[in-house]
Amino acid sequence: MTDDSELRAAVASGVVGSSESFQELLGAIVHVARSIFGAKASSILLLDEEAGELVFEAVVGEGEESLLGTRFPADHGIAGWVLATRTPLVIEDVEQDPRHARDVAEGTGYVPKGIMAAPLLTEDAALGVLSVLDRPEQSLFSLQEMELLGLFANQAAIAVDLLQRARRAERILQDDGDLAVVAQLAASVDALEDDRREAGLRLLRALAGTLGSSERG
Amino acid sequence: MRDEGSSEVDAHGAEPGKRPLPAWSLPRDQADRIALPMEWPERVDREWAWGGSTGEGVRVCILDSGVERSHPLVGDLESAVTIAVDEDGETLVTDDEDGDLSGHGTACAGIVRAVAPGSSLTSVRVLGQGFKGTGNVLLAGLRHAVEEGFDLINMSLSTTKKPFAAILHELADSAYFRRTVLVASAHNMPVESYPWKFSSVISVGSHEEEDPLAFFYNPNPPVEFFARGVGVEVPWLGGRSSVVSGNSFATPHVTGICALILAKHPELTPFQLKNVLYLTATNVGGGQ
Repeated sequence: MTDDSELRAAVASGVVGSSESFQELLGAIVHVARSIFGAKASSILLLDEEAGELVFEAVVGEGEESLLGTRFPADHGIAGWVLATRTPLVIEDVEQDPRHARDVAEGTGYVPKGIMAAPLLTEDAALGVLSVLDRPEQSLFSLQEMELLGLFANQAAIAVDLLQRARRAERILQDDGDLAVVAQLAASVDALEDDRREAGLRLLRALAGTLGSSERG
Repeated sequence: MRDEGSSEVDAHGAEPGKRPLPAWSLPRDQADRIALPMEWPERVDREWAWGGSTGEGVRVCILDSGVERSHPLVGDLESAVTIAVDEDGETLVTDDEDGDLSGHGTACAGIVRAVAPGSSLTSVRVLGQGFKGTGNVLLAGLRHAVEEGFDLINMSLSTTKKPFAAILHELADSAYFRRTVLVASAHNMPVESYPWKFSSVISVGSHEEEDPLAFFYNPNPPVEFFARGVGVEVPWLGGRSSVVSGNSFATPHVTGICALILAKHPELTPFQLKNVLYLTATNVGGGQ
């Protein structure tokens, strides 16, 4: 049976376009998070459930160039703990320890002293982790900041959810599966201009009427 | 399948060969058989509750990422096991040779040790067996801990997976009736998570004060108590220490205080223990 939301996502992706805009949104979120906390870096890690790995999906600051796309096991390190337990935490002043650093520093030479991390949660799943690395040393951490981190994580979770829907929709489009034709049609009509677009829409309305799915007019 | 009915075992346990103690109703001539052995003072204060106690003999389970055994701020462990669930859903419990995989469990163990230095700590590791099935491993670990009959289980973690909520609830109630107290971190993000929301556990959020024995009763539940959770110095991986914040670290403060109370008053049921916590909270009369 076709999942209605997948169909809508496929059609929407035909019109809205790609997952790139959502990825930009993730980039914007880590930029703001880094800036508000005055941190050296911020990142969003997404869970690749199949591989059991966390992937750097957005990075700003230290490690920005080298970390994007890198992976590590999802059940290790601070991020792994935050993901598995759905619980945010803040670690200040961690003495440099390669085991602690593995989730961030491998291959970059950058070992953070402090990390704030919160899970990206939807109703019943953990999608990934938002991290903020190395806040200014003189600023004491407060519960207010923890709340702020949680708010950012919620925003990021929504963006990640959208990104993942868009990616699923894109896969459907590339699959040549049952839904691909619907999405391609939506994309084609959306690309038309003026009279041709109007004619295309008339044709689709007629087709919708013929198929008996006229509830949307 | 496990015998879920065993959660109804009479915690007072009659001696063999004698009539069982009243459990489901109380006949007129039986009231003296459930007389409570302890004398309660007119005013419960901290001196009565845990004065002179180090938590000696109280068995505390750290259900977490493992505990680094040799860490000087943690000391000896009673034991350390790791939990896995095989393809048939069977729970596998093996000795844990890996220690701590994130530092978190070591930090929690260190906080309990600092508050209740005489308590006996056991690590039950429920993380690090691959991300898939984390929820099942958590459930299996909690079930194992309840069956082992620990006095206290520190759960500085939660799950958002709804399908697990009912089983977790059953386990939390089962622990409560067996006199195993679950102390669980409240979630500070606006999501539904478990088991801290169940009333059979003691749920803990953070305050910003520095006193490790300062804790507040919250008259606006579901979070029941606030304990020290900001800027806490804890043991971390590699024999080092760190400064950490989060409800995860407030929770073991309450676990440690519970251990102090239970060492001095081992006869307390979870219900009574929660009452003593209330009466000795910093913002209630006993908090002197």
